[in-house]
Amino acid sequence: MSIGDWLTEAANWVFLILALVTFISAVMVVLSQNVVRAVLYLVLTLGGSAALFLLLGAEFVGWTVVLVYIGAVIILFLIGIMITKAPLTSTADLSQPISAKVPAALLSVLLFTVVAWAVYQSFGFDALIPFPDEATTTADLGLSIFTNWIIPFETVSFVLLAALVGGISLARRDPTVVEERR
Amino acid sequence: MTIIQFIILGAAMFAVGLFGVLTRRNAVLVLASVEVMLAAVNINLVAFDTYLADPAHTGQVFALFVIALAAAEVGIGIAIVLMIFRNRHSADVDELDLMKY
Repeated sequence: MSIGDWLTEAANWVFLILALVTFISAVMVVLSQNVVRAVLYLVLTLGGSAALFLLLGAEFVGWTVVLVYIGAVIILFLIGIMITKAPLTSTADLSQPISAKVPAALLSVLLFTVVAWAVYQSFGFDALIPFPDEATTTADLGLSIFTNWIIPFETVSFVLLAALVGGISLARRDPTVVEERR
Repeated sequence: MTIIQFIILGAAMFAVGLFGVLTRRNAVLVLASVEVMLAAVNINLVAFDTYLADPAHTGQVFALFVIALAAAEVGIGIAIVLMIFRNRHSADVDELDLMKY
């Protein structure tokens, strides 16, 4: 598929815009020197990925990302920032110095190159995604979860229960330990 | 739409998230970088689901599982960070070298 053919499809332009927004805000999550801004860029990243899911016809997954991630997880992050007394203004010591950034950047670029090369070798530019005529309904997903994937689903519910109990027991003060006053 | 454009985007976001995990010092921002990596994985899963036109929608179901596990991971992660902050008065991962030697 040549680049000219690729650009004639309207869905690809939508993809291009969404992909740029998602990727650039992902870079800003990692590079921003302001904690609150980094987390707010994470909202943009997840919102972009939710829009990509809608483009792919995965409506339920897209709206679940909006509800669970943007609704709940971001709030947790913001509370985490406020409680741990992170500086709310821009500071330089949120990231490692440049001597640690260079090997990390090299490793990331290496990982991307290997994955991109492997994907290109297996799919090339001709493996087309059929444009979804109608979105995946929640009923289809529910049927699949409760017939094919019922054991993993129950396992995930158990993990969520364990996380709930673990979160509470970690965050509450232990009454048997005498508090060390500073 | 080709499958490779979604996988390339996913791979690029995963690499960016990896860079963040390796270079961030604030523990909350390390968790935020992990979220970027998980979002990249979700893009791959949903793209392959639409590519394969699977009537059982396995890719989307697994994307939902990833979302649920990521929520659990953040909940526990923030609780651990709060615990560390309460004991050591810092959320800097570089200072967490008590078990290193």
